[in-house]
Amino acid sequence: MSGAFRIPGAGRLSQPKTARFSFDGQSYPGIEGDTLASALLANGVHLVGRSFKYHRPRGFLSAGAEEPNALVEIRRDAARRTPNVRATVQELYDGLAAQSQNRWPSLSFDVGAVNDIASPLFSAGFYYKTFMWPKAAWKNLYEPKIRAAAGLGVAPDQPDPDHYSARFAHCDVLVLGGGAAGIAAALAAAETGARVILADEQAEFGGSLRFESGASIDGEDGFGWAQAATARLKDMDNVRVLSRTTAFGYYAQNFVGLVERVSDHLQNPGRDLPRERLWQVRAKRVVLATGAIERHMVFADNDRPGIMLASAARTYLNHYGVAVGRNVGVYTANDSAYAAAIDLKKAGVNVAAIVDLRDNPTGPVIDEARALGIEINFGRAVIRAGGKLRVSSMTVQPKNGGGERTIPVDAILMSAGWTPSVHLFSQSRGKVAFNDETKRFVPGIYAQDCVSVGACNGTDGLSATIDEAYAAGAKAAKDAGAKAAKGTKPKVDASESWSRGMLGAAPGAGPDTTVKAFVDFQNDVTAKDIRQAVHEGMRSIEHVKRFTTNGMATDQGKTSNMHGLAIAAETLGKPIPQVGLTTFRAPYTPVTFGSIVGHARGPLFDPTRKTAIHPWAEAQGAVFEDVGQWKRAWYFPKGGEDIHAAVDRECVAVRKTAGLFDASTLGKIEVVGPDAAKFMELLYTNPWEKLEPGRCRYGIMLREDGFIYDDGVVGRLAPDRFHVTTTTGGAPRVMNHMEDYLQTEFPHLDVWLTSTTEQWAVIAVQGPKSRDIIAPLVEGIDMSDEALPHMSVREGKICGVPTRLFRMSFSGERGFEVNVPADYGQAVWEALWAEGQKHGAVAYGTEAMHVLRAEKGYIIVGQDTDGTVTPNDAGLDWAVGKKKTDFVGIRGMARPDLVAKGRKQLVGLKTRDPKVVLEEGAQIVADPKQAIPMTMIGHVTSSYWSENCGRSIALALVAGGRDRMGETLYVPMPNGTIEVEVTGMVFFDEKGERLNG
Amino acid sequence: MAKAATRKTAAATPSAERRAALAGQELSATGVKLAVLPPAERISLRAPEASLAALSKALGVTLPRKPKTSASKAGRTALWLGPDEWLVIDEAGKDPLADCAEVTALHSAVGISHRNIAISVTGPAAAAAVNSGCPQDLALEVFPVGAASRTILGKVEIVLLRTAEDAFRVECWRSFSDYVFTFLSEAAGDAAA
Repeated sequence: MSGAFRIPGAGRLSQPKTARFSFDGQSYPGIEGDTLASALLANGVHLVGRSFKYHRPRGFLSAGAEEPNALVEIRRDAARRTPNVRATVQELYDGLAAQSQNRWPSLSFDVGAVNDIASPLFSAGFYYKTFMWPKAAWKNLYEPKIRAAAGLGVAPDQPDPDHYSARFAHCDVLVLGGGAAGIAAALAAAETGARVILADEQAEFGGSLRFESGASIDGEDGFGWAQAATARLKDMDNVRVLSRTTAFGYYAQNFVGLVERVSDHLQNPGRDLPRERLWQVRAKRVVLATGAIERHMVFADNDRPGIMLASAARTYLNHYGVAVGRNVGVYTANDSAYAAAIDLKKAGVNVAAIVDLRDNPTGPVIDEARALGIEINFGRAVIRAGGKLRVSSMTVQPKNGGGERTIPVDAILMSAGWTPSVHLFSQSRGKVAFNDETKRFVPGIYAQDCVSVGACNGTDGLSATIDEAYAAGAKAAKDAGAKAAKGTKPKVDASESWSRGMLGAAPGAGPDTTVKAFVDFQNDVTAKDIRQAVHEGMRSIEHVKRFTTNGMATDQGKTSNMHGLAIAAETLGKPIPQVGLTTFRAPYTPVTFGSIVGHARGPLFDPTRKTAIHPWAEAQGAVFEDVGQWKRAWYFPKGGEDIHAAVDRECVAVRKTAGLFDASTLGKIEVVGPDAAKFMELLYTNPWEKLEPGRCRYGIMLREDGFIYDDGVVGRLAPDRFHVTTTTGGAPRVMNHMEDYLQTEFPHLDVWLTSTTEQWAVIAVQGPKSRDIIAPLVEGIDMSDEALPHMSVREGKICGVPTRLFRMSFSGERGFEVNVPADYGQAVWEALWAEGQKHGAVAYGTEAMHVLRAEKGYIIVGQDTDGTVTPNDAGLDWAVGKKKTDFVGIRGMARPDLVAKGRKQLVGLKTRDPKVVLEEGAQIVADPKQAIPMTMIGHVTSSYWSENCGRSIALALVAGGRDRMGETLYVPMPNGTIEVEVTGMVFFDEKGERLNG
Repeated sequence: MAKAATRKTAAATPSAERRAALAGQELSATGVKLAVLPPAERISLRAPEASLAALSKALGVTLPRKPKTSASKAGRTALWLGPDEWLVIDEAGKDPLADCAEVTALHSAVGISHRNIAISVTGPAAAAAVNSGCPQDLALEVFPVGAASRTILGKVEIVLLRTAEDAFRVECWRSFSDYVFTFLSEAAGDAAA
């Protein structure tokens, strides 16, 4: 048996397969097809949670996505712990383990419930009023204690082992909501051949047909029709039907985000299955068929477990075959609760009384309820509910006052009417309009190509809904370019119809300020709080909302917004539209981080870029460092060397014999066209027109403001062709910078840019033996100093493959950079390595490269410059064409503050104690004895131990640095002040003789 | 030194082995097959309208002028990437760079054979696999056989070419190929859904 409250013969879980599950450690039987909520109710369990602020016992309010109370933790294993799962939408599987939240030590005895007694302290605006002072309390009390106490659920503390998938999709018509309206619209659109996507958050389509026992379409009962129609849609090639899929966000230009829950309902989801799949859909037309949500009645203690929406009780009965009580009361201002009472009565549940706030309503449901012998009380209110962990009674009073009567009940079904679900419409930036007659906000002005149909559009009655939806579906398809439909509209044989309801507080909701008549269950906001907000000066609903937090919980006020608004309007004495409705924001229901992240985790979090030579370096045991997305060989430790020993060895070897370095990550741009030189003149500070083909030049690129943006060696291959190199990290932005100027400022130039960064693998061979290593492998290039001087480039072959061979140096030694097509990179490297072994050459990494260039005073853009350094500041005036009249940055460079005296200039620093290596970023002062805060005159930009110099070396930006040569400055550090001498930037081979050495 | 520098050793020069990224990698999932395609000759071609006739003649394929299209002939495909930009891929082992070198009309041709690698995505769920990270509409009537686009896959740029109703060629830069192949592999596992 699957629970004492399961009614044999009722519901649709026709071939019951038992699924055992546990809640707070207690094992229960359920049926496959149950939700956790229906299964618990079948076992008579109503108490499932504690409220957010007052820790009040809570049960199930709803049977759907709007649930504010029944939030539980679902635990598959230690890593798969999902907090705040709405039990009303969690499908049951065998072995499901759920736990209640926000209680200690137990659900039925929760210490935090003291807050309920102390509630006068926690009234509206509590946080704003309390968290003002003292400042220290933020650290000691507010953040650690009050925030922790206020949280709902506990976030998992282990990496999520599930995976999440994603899909982009396009369609002509996207139908959101799979009730009668959505299905009818999808049918009409699909019959035209248009591409249609139909999505619904439930496992099964049908919407309110799940509980409406009185609907019949095309000769079938409503729910049966929905299943048949959906099956027909699924069979159509032009239709995609997505169940368990929530449209959570409606963005610009009909871009809709949906989350499909793929495996949360499965007992053993295969490893191949994602947990969720994110759909990002671009639709030509959107049909919103999002239905309506029933509102509760606002009266004292209306949150006791066992008090729920009438439609929820009806869903549990008609779909799941579960009675929510044995002796239920009904409190309503609306016809729809009568239908619930009738269905329950017919199923054998005692209906103690219907209490109807209306004076003399008439209609078929009222007649039927009366005919079944149910006691009906018109013009009366339930002013209070009895019981604590479960409702035990309802106290009834004429709505204008008078004698009280308490009726014992074990459940109360309530309905204050239905609120159209305009969330997605509102997210689409559409403006809602208030219908004064029906007292509801319905879609007014549309901002996007969408249409609302059925209950979310304020359309009452099944016939009218299907008429409207079918026509809208056909029109949407036609507007999206489809041909006319040739299908047949579903025919409604019988339907239910509900009249209006009420908004705001019922008589049992105060004005007594000790009464807790809940408006927003999830955030514990009562009618009194809303009134108080108005009394304290809030006028706009936006302010009332933020002051009280009404509608700000994860349920987004699905049941509370309209009541809150009505109470505020009543207190203000203004009509509802003048107080306004808050804007709905995404997500409609909570969305997991996993679904947003999708594939972008682990190796796919960000691309890891590796050079063609990477496998060789890896095999040699290189240690890698991240440079942007690139992995670069940092150093090559041998025989247990640490980084210092390895780098010292590599640096010495390069200057003694030679070293091989993988420079493939350098950005490369080929600049081609008859105006290539003109373009280069405009983009770089240097002159290019007269650079001969076959020669290279070190170029500096500025931003418009005159500061250094990038640098690199540029080779001219032909009059109309330059091979430009950029820094590794700067490659993409330099390309964008150049392309931007070419397209916007210099479109008259006949020149084109192509990124060739990845076309070429680059092997730097540096050191006195570099030519000896390369020459045996080269064909067609004269490598003599006369034919191939420093700063020149030749095209030829190496190891039988094409090469662009640069003679250049970033170490100060005789040096070459061998460019070969990337796929040949490793083989050429291996050949050079074999040659190098004959001479004792080493492989060196980025750290040695940095040290070697610093020994020569060569700057690294982004390390020795920071976006505020001019060529002059960096001592690179020589690289600025004196006769040039224009280039990007020429005017910026002439600004008064950029030529003023005292600017920070790049200089060398030598520590008095040669063994002390400064810290990069350390601040520099002129007077170490001054009071703190000291006047900082600069900072260290590069600092290394130089084995070649036998001492530490450093580069620094120092105010007026070049005028301070020989001066002693100070670097205050936590362990004492370090004395330094200002020097030139070149620490090794000052005359530069080794370039040809 | 001078002696070493001028020494010609062409006879002894070994020919370097070509090692393409991800060479030969394949993956098979329900409805989707991935395969890293063999190396091809490629150029990035930039040219104004006036040069297109001469370039088309030299290349042996008419450069397409319509956005998101390509033209193909004798193993050579020209993909429209922009108003003055084409990616020319030659799978027949002929070098389009050499063909363009003889054209005097204004243009820029840059060899990028090694810059890109290509992955084929084939099978009934191929479009779904690509759509896992690519926001383009890949319906056959919108993105027909021969359609081409420079677009994105996840976090990287790709060039996408539909080679058959259920087949795509994904071109990406060499160092992004690992990411692209891994992304498509993960996507392929969910593409049949």
